[in-house]
Amino acid sequence: MKIIVCIKQVPDAKDVRLDPKTNTMAREGVESIMNPFDRHALEEAVRLKELHGGTVTVVSMGPPQAEEVLREAVSCGADAAVLVSDRAFAGADTWATTYTLAKAIEKLDGFDLVLCGKQAIDGDTAQVGPGLARRLNIPYVSYVRKITGVENGVIALHRLMDDGYDEVEMPLPGLLTVVKEINDPRVPSLKGKMKAKSLSIAVLNAEGIEADPDSIGLPGSTTQVVKVFAPHFKGERAMLEGTVDEQVEQLANILEPYI
Amino acid sequence: MDYFLTEEQQMIVDIARQITDEKIIPQRAELDEKEEYATEILNEIAQADLMGLYIPEKYGGFGGGGFEIVLALEQFGRGCVAIATSFAASALGAYPILLSGSEEMKQKYLPDVASGKRKAAFALTEANAGSDASGIQTTAVLDGDEWVLNGTKQWITNAGEAQVYSVVAITDKNKGARGASMFVVEDTDPGFSCGPKEKKMGIRASATCELIFKDCRIPKDRLIGRQGMGFITVMKTLDLSRPGIAILGVGLGQAALDEAVIYAKQRVQFGKPIISFQAVQHMLADMAISVEASRALVYAAAKHIAQHPKDMSKASSMCKVFATDMAMKVTTDAVQVLGGYGYMRDYPVEKMMRDAKILQIYEGTNQIQRNVIGQELNKEYT
Repeated sequence: MKIIVCIKQVPDAKDVRLDPKTNTMAREGVESIMNPFDRHALEEAVRLKELHGGTVTVVSMGPPQAEEVLREAVSCGADAAVLVSDRAFAGADTWATTYTLAKAIEKLDGFDLVLCGKQAIDGDTAQVGPGLARRLNIPYVSYVRKITGVENGVIALHRLMDDGYDEVEMPLPGLLTVVKEINDPRVPSLKGKMKAKSLSIAVLNAEGIEADPDSIGLPGSTTQVVKVFAPHFKGERAMLEGTVDEQVEQLANILEPYI
Repeated sequence: MDYFLTEEQQMIVDIARQITDEKIIPQRAELDEKEEYATEILNEIAQADLMGLYIPEKYGGFGGGGFEIVLALEQFGRGCVAIATSFAASALGAYPILLSGSEEMKQKYLPDVASGKRKAAFALTEANAGSDASGIQTTAVLDGDEWVLNGTKQWITNAGEAQVYSVVAITDKNKGARGASMFVVEDTDPGFSCGPKEKKMGIRASATCELIFKDCRIPKDRLIGRQGMGFITVMKTLDLSRPGIAILGVGLGQAALDEAVIYAKQRVQFGKPIISFQAVQHMLADMAISVEASRALVYAAAKHIAQHPKDMSKASSMCKVFATDMAMKVTTDAVQVLGGYGYMRDYPVEKMMRDAKILQIYEGTNQIQRNVIGQELNKEYT
């Protein structure tokens, strides 16, 4: 089974600060980590490999330092790593990102399954997994909390829902996005760390993936981040008293000007 | 302080730290409360290739000296001494095979111990043989192609969880110390069983039971090394393993210091954080000094012992006494800094204090260690 796992390097959420002057995220001195949901996707891929054989290739689109999370993934059981990196990819929204990732994956040696975390903790869109599946023209299931079997080119799984779960079967090749309930990711192994240290990581740039320059980076993005700000919570509050009917009336009066 | 670790040693520390922070610390209170063996965490440690740090590469290990396992144990000790003890006890059980076993025996057992497929245990102590190992009453008699073992071992760590036991038994009553031999007993051997789990003050997530040998028959080639060499193997094993216990004191002392400082910065009395009071500051300073001094001594001793020098017993005993007495004092002081909260099970320091006590007792009491050091000094100055 050939498995591709898409991983993203994100700032550690425990340590997010906004620069009060520019209102952008202060990246200096903030530790970068592998997106936590992607750790679960990687773990599931490694478990599938251990059960069914095959290979796990991790792919990350990002700046050169994203190589760190690729090495971490190799130390946790991935076999190969590909960095998709080019200055021209900068500023990509999910539309341009899925295009870029799809072009990069098409350059690889085929796949049976693509695994992604359900979302990245920096952008929180949850769009890249499904968008990538559409670009690759393969089926996908999101919010997967358990893989129950792989047989005859069909993967059986549980999809987490608000009020329980769905049992779903999906033909391969396909794409899954996973939730954290799916597994407990392992820590790196010593042999894995040594392998990761010496592994050469393939880098694919815009030319290498034969990308249309108008479809990548900022020019290829349909959305732009215009402003980032920290919301201010004002400490105003009011307690309504009286009977239920009285309180409802008071509340209606408060809300009326906003309707 | 920077101890100038190699890149590989730093990798070991990083992995052990991650296991400690992500797996051990979140679960330690519950495992302690339920007196539950940490099977999953030990599997995780094995999966990370840390079970065979001291085992040569040709038997599937990392091929490190005693220092690498000390680095891993420091982190595990910081998380939970019970889990660290279970990990260390497997090494203690495998050392006799590594030191004195035949090539076939090493091939048969060490790769499984290195991969974590099988865990080992070390069985010396009996009801009447603790500090005085000459009181051993378990016997092994050769009957044709088999040894027949009879007797009972007491307080054996990893009993019931291990699959490979290194057992000391008397093969010749008349030869004193030369009359003891060591054997490998497997958990499935006929006539072998484990008693009920002991109820302990601390390290409650570790397994401690009796081993019972009732006409336990094992193949002749399970003798470790030569007949009559049992005590020599035991002494060498303990000399090599004691820095591993010493470093648990360092890890535990560090954990207690961390808790005490964090608490002292947050706890406000008389309108100020208690860390601003000199009485508290001096306690914390003394704790920090003794933790760092212990770490330096244990690291130095572990590196020294890895070369198998002549005076390894003294170095081994010195670091064990110093670091474990320190752990008892520092954990007790941490409870004092936290005051009434420290005495409550909601905070981790009461467990640390309970766990510290065993470090002064097992793998040779600290009184016996001082005997060893004294005897070595007596020899050195003649």
